[in-house]
Formats: sequence, C-alpha cells, structure tokens
Amino acid sequence: MTAVSTPRVSPRPPRATAKPARFRRAIVIFVAPFGLLFSLFFVIPIVYAVYESLQVIHREGTFGAPTLVFGGLSQYVLVFQSGDFWAAILRVLLFGIVQVPIMLGLALLFALLLDSPLLKGKRFFRLAFFAPYAVPGVIAAIMWGYLYSPSLSPLKAITSQADLLSGGTVLWAIANVVTWVYAGYNMLIIYSALLSIPTEVYEAARLDGAGQVRIAWSIKIPLVMPAIVLTSVFSIIGTLQLLTEPQVFRQFTSSITSTFTPNLLVYSTSAVPNFNLAAAFSVVLAIATFVLSFTVLRFTRRATSA
Amino acid sequence: MSRATAMIVMGVFTVYFLTPIWWLLVSSTKTLGNFNSTFSLWFTPSSLTDIVTNLGKLFTYDDGVFPRWMLNSIVYATLAGGLGTVLAAMCGYALAKYRFRGREAIFNVILGGVLVPATALALPLFLIFSQVHLTDTFWAVFLPSLVSPFGVYLSRIYAASSVPDEIIEAARIDGAGEVRTFFTMSVRLMSPALVTIFLFQFVSIWNNFFLPLIMLRDQTLFPVTLGLYTWNSQVSQIPDIRTLVIVGAFVSIIPLLVAFLSLQRFWRNGLGAGGLK
Repeated sequence: MTAVSTPRVSPRPPRATAKPARFRRAIVIFVAPFGLLFSLFFVIPIVYAVYESLQVIHREGTFGAPTLVFGGLSQYVLVFQSGDFWAAILRVLLFGIVQVPIMLGLALLFALLLDSPLLKGKRFFRLAFFAPYAVPGVIAAIMWGYLYSPSLSPLKAITSQADLLSGGTVLWAIANVVTWVYAGYNMLIIYSALLSIPTEVYEAARLDGAGQVRIAWSIKIPLVMPAIVLTSVFSIIGTLQLLTEPQVFRQFTSSITSTFTPNLLVYSTSAVPNFNLAAAFSVVLAIATFVLSFTVLRFTRRATSA
Repeated sequence: MSRATAMIVMGVFTVYFLTPIWWLLVSSTKTLGNFNSTFSLWFTPSSLTDIVTNLGKLFTYDDGVFPRWMLNSIVYATLAGGLGTVLAAMCGYALAKYRFRGREAIFNVILGGVLVPATALALPLFLIFSQVHLTDTFWAVFLPSLVSPFGVYLSRIYAASSVPDEIIEAARIDGAGEVRTFFTMSVRLMSPALVTIFLFQFVSIWNNFFLPLIMLRDQTLFPVTLGLYTWNSQVSQIPDIRTLVIVGAFVSIIPLLVAFLSLQRFWRNGLGAGGLK
C-alpha cells in the first residue's frame, strides 16, 4: 500500500497544468458529466428545498382551491416554534454526545491493540470487527429488534428483566445498533492511519524504555488525530441524520414516535403532506449539520496545531 | 497493558460483534415454532432440512419477489456504483492534473457536497422527480445514486499522487489525446483507488433506505433493504412471514460479507488516504 497510502495533493503546480487554454476540450469532457449530475441531483434539490420552504399554502375561504404563495420565512417561524423539532434535535444531540465518544473510543482502542505487538491473530480480529459493516442499517436494526424483543431474544436473561425497547432505554438500544455496525469501520480508518506511521518514529521512544501505553498515548494518538477528526465528523453527520434504525424499530415498539428524530419528523411531515414545512425542517437540519461538522473541523484543527 | 488483558478485551468484543450474525445464521435454519421454543444460539436436529424449506419459501413467496429485490439491489449498486466511479474519477483527475479557471471553486463546492448528508436530499429529490413524473421508477433511485462527491475528492488525491506528470507529457509527445491518455493509462495507474471508490459507493447505494422509501411504491422496484422492511411490517398480520424476514436478512448479507472480506485490503488503502488528509 505504498503508492496509495500517503497521497498528497502536489504542493507545486504540476508541469502538465501549465497551459490552461490548450486542454479546454478535454477538461470539459472530464468535468461536465459529473458536474451535470452533481448540479441536477445535489445543487438543484438544495435550491429547490429552500424555494419550497419559502412557500405557504393559501386558501380562498374554507373550501377554496389551495394555491401556493410566497410566504417569506413563515415556515421557518413554525420550525422554530415546533416543540417536536427541538425535542428531536435535543434527542439526537444527547445520543451523539454519548454514542460517538464511546464508539470512537472503542475504535481507537481496537486500532491501537491491532497495531501493538500484544495481539495474536490480528487478521481474524480485524475481519471479525469489520464484518458488521457489511450489514445494512435496515437489516442490523431488524436483527437487533428481534434480539431485544423479550419473548424471542437469546438475551432472555436481560430482556426479561428490563424492556430495552421501552421509552427510557430505546434511544440507547439504537445507540448500540449504530455502535455495532460502525465501530469496526472506524477502527479500520484509524488502524490504516496507524499503519502509515513509519516505525522509526517510535523506535527512539522504545529504546528509551517507554511502554506500549505511553507510546500509544504520546506518539500514536497525536499522529492519527486527523483520522479521528474525520471519523468524528462523519459520525456527527450520521447522528443528526438518524433515520433508518428508529424507523425500523417502530415495527418492534410503540415507544418511538413519528417525530423521534429530526429526519423522522421530516418524513412524517411530508407524509401529511406538508412539503413546505418538511422542506423547512430539512433546510434547518442541513444547516445545523453543516455548521456542526464545520465547527468540529475548525476546533480540532486549532487544537491539534496548537 | 499485558498480553492477556489485550487478548481478553479483543475476545469479549469478538463475541459482541459476531453473536448477532451467528444468531441470524442459526435462526434461519429454524421453523417458526422452533424459533421461539429452542435455544436460539444453536441448531435443532431438523435444521438442515428446515433451512432448505425456508430457502424454498423465501425464493418463491409472492411470485419470487425476494430474488427480484436482490437483483434490484445488485443492479442499483453495481451499475450506479460503476458508472458513478468512472464519472468521479474523470472529474477528480481533471481537478488534479489541469489548471483552469474556477478549479478550486469547483473543488470546494464538491467538497461541501461531501458534508451534505444523502438523507437531507431525499425529500427535495422526491419533489423534483414528481414534477417530471419520474417517482416510482427505476431512474428515481438510479440517477441520484450516480453522484459521489466523496469519490471526486478521493480521485483527486489519488490522481495527484499516483499519475506522474511525466507520463502524461510523454503521451502528449507521442501524440495521444488527453481523453485517450486518461482511459488507456491514467485509469490503470489509478485502478487500486478506483476499486476503493467503487466499494464506498456500492455500499452506500446498497445500504440506502430513505431514498427508495420515499420514491418507490411498486414493490418490484424495491431494493432488498426496503423489501425486507415492508415484510417485517407485516409480521403482526402474517406471522409466517417472520421466518422469511430472518432467512431473507441472512441471505441478503452474504454477498456483501463475501465481497467485503475478500476485498479488505482496498478498504484499508482507501480509508488510509481519507484519514491522512
């Protein structure tokens, strides 16, 4: 994995890029197909969602035909007044504050152990821990849904004592499913970053008598910080967008409402149908996601460079 | 930390990660009656014949709608993933190897796209597709799946690091066109990276749930995830279908499990690249 593992966008402008006009036709051929699809299925939907969110349904009297008129920010007023929306946001934030550090902490621990001389059978552990990532969210949720169900579960010893799918614990039941699917995936990201550290870097520390824990803490973890930041950002995005697992769990328990997470709220609002309000929810959620992931990137960049 | 502690930690978590999959395998060899009444982590004496019966039911139920779903998932993920990888590679290559006005602006917009979650796009995509009467069609799931901003980001990094400018120059001196150089030479140099990009896109399409949930009504167009989800929602009315959900879930993860484990080195390479930037 020599050529691929340490890529870097070339710092100097490569020679091949010297004459801009000469390759215009080739550049258009290369960029246009993706650019067109990206515009159609990424940019336009975002613009369209914003446009929809600025409309309101207007009726002439009680029985008049509904027409869409420009409503300014009135949908956004509804979003900010919606108790359901903020409850859902707080719920996924709580979820994220607990689940993301646990999952990434485990992933980091596994990666460090795989990278240390302490383990035998590394290949087996790597495969076993990564395997759940091959299980799509829907299937994982169906599977765990049965494992949690008191009457069906092989975990009867636990599930007969406490209903894991009740209102108080169902959020953490979902957190477990997400951790189960993604911990190994994140482990692999951090592990590949560890593999690309040249061993000479901690050869000196080892000669000085530093133990594995010390080497991990003072040398390895700081060096793989970019990988940890990357996994954090993707995990935060995933948390705010939580939809599949709770949607599937609604088939197993009534303790998940149709407004349990922000995206469930978007889905149930659009099923009403109230597309304009649903679009406004989507826009606010997308902005919140963007701001949060950006903040994490900015904050950690400053922290690691300081 | 001692060797023993390390092995115990990893051992405990091996049980955690593998037990659910083992449970799914064991459960798919049971009849509905045995599913509830026998020890759920081990086979029954009739497991061997029961799994054959279960598989037979799975593949024939409702005029063979399950194999249809599997085929749909494979088609969505392979075709859209394959074509999407080529398009992302071309774009990323151009962004890495040519300097032109607006290059950085284009790259930044695409990079912003990486942070926009697919679920946020599903509803507006539905509204747009319904304007042109394309909801509930193959295209409604296929077309949006083609776009992978993360793929462009990775290809730009890979193209910059694995395709030397000298080779492009040499091809130019030999009189080869830019596009031809890309498809005959650069693609080959970038091929390990392209496999990684394809895998990423394949998995995200295979796992996609919200987009098909919103777009599709016709169950013959469903990917397997949405299909099993609708089956599972019928369990309270048709208890027999639970067996099909379990066996179906098991069968549906086999292709991905095999593909994953055999192509694992591509994951490591690609993930390393993403993580180090």
